[in-house]
Formats: sequence, C-alpha cells, structure tokens
Amino acid sequence: MSPDRPVGALFRRFRDRLAADGGVPAESGSRATGVGPGRTDSGAHEARLAPHPPRDTAPTTGRRRRGGKGGGEQLNVPPAEFTSYYGRPVLKPPVWKWDIAAYLFTGGLAAGSSMLAAGGQLTGRPALRRAGRVTSLAAVSASAYFLINDLGRPSRFHHMLRVAKVTSPMSVGTWILSAFGPAAGLAAIAEVAPRLPERGLLGLGRRLLPPTGHAAGLVAAVTAPALATYTGVLLADTAVPSWHEAYPELPVIFAGSALASGAGVGLLAAPPGQAGPARRMAVAGAALELWGAHRVENRLGLLSEPYADGTPGKLLRAGRALTAAGVAGALVGRRSRLLSAASGGALLSAAVCTRFGIFHGGVASARDPKYTVVPQRERAARRA
Amino acid sequence: MPDANSLYGPLDPAPDAGWTQAPPRMGFFTDTSVCIGCKACEVACKEWNGVPDGGFDLLGMSYDNTGALTANSWRHVAFIEQPRPAGQRTPPFAGDPTGPTTGSPASASVGAGTTTDTGTSPGLPPGRGEPAARMAAGPEFLGMPGAQPPGRGTGAESRTDFRWLMMSDVCKHCTHAACLDVCPTGSLFRTEFGTVVVQEDICNGCGYCISACPYGVIDQRKDDGRAWKCTLCYDRLGAGMTPACAQACPTESIQYGPLDELRDRAAQRVATLHERGVPEARLYGHDPTDGVGGDGAFFLLLDEPEVYGLPPDPVVTTRDLPRMWKRAGLAALAMAAATVAAFVGGSS
Repeated sequence: MSPDRPVGALFRRFRDRLAADGGVPAESGSRATGVGPGRTDSGAHEARLAPHPPRDTAPTTGRRRRGGKGGGEQLNVPPAEFTSYYGRPVLKPPVWKWDIAAYLFTGGLAAGSSMLAAGGQLTGRPALRRAGRVTSLAAVSASAYFLINDLGRPSRFHHMLRVAKVTSPMSVGTWILSAFGPAAGLAAIAEVAPRLPERGLLGLGRRLLPPTGHAAGLVAAVTAPALATYTGVLLADTAVPSWHEAYPELPVIFAGSALASGAGVGLLAAPPGQAGPARRMAVAGAALELWGAHRVENRLGLLSEPYADGTPGKLLRAGRALTAAGVAGALVGRRSRLLSAASGGALLSAAVCTRFGIFHGGVASARDPKYTVVPQRERAARRA
Repeated sequence: MPDANSLYGPLDPAPDAGWTQAPPRMGFFTDTSVCIGCKACEVACKEWNGVPDGGFDLLGMSYDNTGALTANSWRHVAFIEQPRPAGQRTPPFAGDPTGPTTGSPASASVGAGTTTDTGTSPGLPPGRGEPAARMAAGPEFLGMPGAQPPGRGTGAESRTDFRWLMMSDVCKHCTHAACLDVCPTGSLFRTEFGTVVVQEDICNGCGYCISACPYGVIDQRKDDGRAWKCTLCYDRLGAGMTPACAQACPTESIQYGPLDELRDRAAQRVATLHERGVPEARLYGHDPTDGVGGDGAFFLLLDEPEVYGLPPDPVVTTRDLPRMWKRAGLAALAMAAATVAAFVGGSS
C-alpha cells in the first residue's frame, strides 16, 4: 500500500499501457505455449453434457491458430495449451534472495575445501591442508552470514535450533552446519600454531593446537559430504516445479560442484608438486556436475525449459564451459603454476555459475503458471 | 512410531501430530455455486484477525482487485468472466458468427502484468499476458470496472452469453501440509482441530514454507519479515465459535464444520447440481487419497481448478522426501569415495 499514490493511479497506468499497445495482445511468450483461439471452455455446447476436457493437450488438427502467431518457429517441445487465472502464477516464487544462491556456492566450497584439507593432512601435503582449512573457515563464515541475512527476522536465527526435524532439510542443514562450522573453524585456527612462541601459555597452544586441528579437520571432512549434498534436498523439497522434479540430480550436481570448488582451491594455492589430488578431484567433480546438469537440462521435458532459457540458461552454459576449461587446464598444466591457478579460478567461477543457474531456473519455473499446470495435467491424465 | 502414512496417503492429522483425544477435524466447504463475490469474507477476516490492507489499487484485470492470497489477504475472492452459457440456457446468439474481438484479450494481456504493492513478498507477482489473453479470448471482456454493459459498445450482433465465476479462496489446511513439514523452527504447527497455524512469536522468516506450499498460499509480510496465512480462526475455534469468514458469508457459500459432515454435505450438493443440469460442478480437495491427503478447506467448483488459479493435481513435496535423502546420501558417498580415490590413487 502506498499512501502517497492516489487511488486509481494503477488503473490509469494500465489504461495508458493498453492504449500504447494498440490493442494487440502481447505474444512474446515462450516457445512452449501456443496461442490458440481456444477459450477456457472450448466446446461450450458439449459442456452442457459433460465436463470439458483438459486443455493442456497439444493443439491438434481442427484447432485454428490465431493469425498463425506463436507457431512460427520449429518447436522441440510441443506447444502446451493450458488455462490459468489471468496468467498469474499458481505458486508463490521463492522469497529467497541471491544470498541463498551465494550460500549454495560457499557451502559447497567449504565442504570441498575441508575434504581437500583432510586429504592433505593425512597424506602429508601441507600446502593443500593449509589452503583447504583457511578457505573452509572463510567459506563457512560467509555461509552463516548469507543464511542469516536472508531471514525475514535475522535476529531470530537461533530459532532454527529449537527443533531437529528430518522432514525439514533446512533444519537438518542447520544441524550439519552446527557440527561442521566449529570443526572447520578449529582446524583453521590450528594453522597459526607455528607462529606462536615456544614458551608460556601460548607455547602450550603451540603444542596442543596441531593435534586438536587434526581431529577437528577430520570431523569437518566427515561432515562435509552431508553439507555439500543436503542443499540439493533443500531445493528439491519445495513445490517449485523445476527443483522438485530434479530431485534425483540436484544432490549429484551439488556434490560435483563442491568437489570441483575444493579442487579449484587446491589448484590455486598449492605448488604443482602437491596439486595432484586436486587435479583428480577436479576431474571427478566435473564429471558429476556435468552429468547431473546434462540430465536436468534434458530429462525433465517441459520442466527442463527454465534451465535452458534466459539468464539461468546462460549461467548454466557458462558454468559448463568454465568447468570444461578448468579440467582441461588442470590436466594440461601439470607443470605450470600459472595454468594450474587459472584452471582453479575457472573451476570456482564455474561453481558460482552453476549454483546461480540452478537457483534462478527454479525461480523462473515458479513464476510461470505453465510449469505448474501443464505437468500436473499430464500427471492426472496418465493416472486416469 | 509415526503412522505409515505420515508423509503421504489418507490420515487423520491431529492424532498423528500427537494430540490425544483430539476433537473432530474441522474445516471449510466453500460452495462457489452460491458465491456472489461480495468479499464480506475478505473484510471479516481482516477485521477479526487484524490483517493489514493489501494495497487499495485497481488491478485492471477483473473485478478482483485482491489478486491472490497473500500475507495480508487470507481470503481472496477470485472473479472469472467466461463467455459461455450457464447451465442449460441456450446461448442467445448461438448460430451467429461471433468471433472474438481483439480488444478483450488485449486488455486481459495487459492486466495480467499489473501488480500492486500488497506490503508482502512475493505478494502478487505479475502474470503472463499470453495465457491471460487466451483466458479472456471471448467476445467481450467485462473486467474493466465501470465499463458499459456487454455488447453496448460493439453492437448487438457481437453479443454472446457469458457467466461469472466467483470463488473465495483460502488456505487449504492440507492433511499433509508441506509448509508444516519443512518449517525449520517449529513455528508452523498442527492444531487439535487438524488445522495448520503459524506461531508469529517463533517464525524467523526463513521463507521455506512459501516455496513449499503447492497452492501458493503462504506469503511473507515485508515490514515484519514473517510468514502469515489463514489460521482458520484458531482463537475462535477454541471458544467454539465459527471462523469470521464463514460467519460473515451471506449466502453460506463458506460453510464451517466437522470435515466428515462437510464432505457428506458437499457430495449431496454436487449430486443436486448435476440433477439440476450443472454437469460441470465438481469437488476439489475433498478426496483423502489425493496428493495432499485431502484438504481441510475444500471447494465446489464450476470449472477446472486452474481457471480459479488452483493447481490441478497438487502433491505434497515431502512425499518424495525419503527418496531425496537417499539420493543425497548416495551423492555424499560418491563425493567421499572420489576424494579418497583422488588422494590414494595416482602418482603425484
């Protein structure tokens, strides 16, 4: 409500826009929606005898297309005709701001780099360990910031700790983060041990910190796969059509993306001599991520469309290209510090693109009633 | 031990939520065939529950200027105009070539993109012009308040009959409520009456319920950040009173009572309407075996659900949750295995 605006201003604007449009309906819709003459009750005469048929069927012969519009280009998804309430979305699109997409990245980065750190710690690669632990702490701190900042009531973030519910992936995630965060923090703090004096109270810290960091690093690494994959369930356990239907793939994409992010940190920070495991992690992560993204973009039929169109499509394509470039660079540049670092950067950017692409693809699917109505009609028709 | 149908399937929700000696499940039956679109329910709800206004502007899409259920509109009267004969009446110009005029879909198309500041988020998101144009592609679009009577501007030959559909939408109080399942704070809870209520002193505005609702009901109030929706007047129910909207409804389109009783009454009403020659009358949300286990607030509709902005086949998202966790577990294992392999395999 805006008291500063006179009542009816909106209506006047609407009238102006209508006049400006010259009375021609806007038909710049997406490729999957045919504009038929069919009104909501095509076949009104029959309707007196029987409920009308579902209207999301592809236009078949006998249905006149108005002015031939909407059917100009060759479509790979059959045009879906559906009814809606004045074209308004059925669902409420997510209220999550970009913070949550950013958290998807930082959470995965924290998980991947703590696994890299634990590997470095156990196989005697101090550069990987140090870089992994420090990145992990930075990323998990950023995650906490993003998550709290996105709340409608940030000061009530601790209400998340009132309950533990397996039916709420966000509750599960809260507890995973509560276990992971302190462990990752402790492991990173342990990295300052060599800088402490040898004597006194701080000297005690110098002796105690490395074993504590060792244990904490292992706890973080054990929790990390859960942290990296629960976010897939977080998005899938919603009514957002393109997220929900992608539930088999989302955890795989996020696991792969987390591995690739961790590998990226290793490639950026470690000398080529120690970066071997990071290269192999990059290959494995990229394989999971690319496989998952490919499935999501092709398996879901109409619901794959939001991942291919517009900004999400661009982001996911950029993510794929950057992943491929990063893996190629990591494999080719075994001896070059510069090329390794560049491929590490490419992998990290790829993870950002993929996360934002998946996030915004889902949001786009909730904004358009087509993605709610048409698949549900098809499901009902299959059942009948 | 939770019920085998805790996530999906027929269930009595209050005992499943832990209530012992719960009263019978209460709900709404909204019979749209007698709704006159007076919006008394919207007003009564706001008055009783102290709900802020949802913007006072005209949307230009129809006589509905509320637009959707939001955090500031817990009842929403949908309004649809259709060029079709109602019941058995013969269309007056049945044989005439009354093709669609271009003006109506155009105004619907532009109107679909109109939105107003409801003080909530996402509130009333803009719709798409194309499906709106298709919806209104009849001979005359009466959505513009203050417009002339049908056909006056265009001449008698372009007139056809039409009907108005009105429907008071509300939170469905699902048997399997996704909002309740995903709430990470325990703010949403199941009452002893089987309804679903937000505790505003607990909600921290995480927004998960908003993405989870298959009906697009629950919404976030912008100035306070919390999620709000219909409580089915929990305070009145506790005192044995009828919810404000049902109390205010002048045509008994909104009926309140024990759900079993309402379902019987609704079945009889549909049978009566079918007898009287309204074959398109159908119930929505009454079936305990549907995707959400049946709604606590169900409807008698005169057209397909999506015409009223309702999803045609909603399924609670948590039905698939066990499979989702399984996939996440597999992905986590793959991730751990890949890391181990990366460190122990290879030469460098």
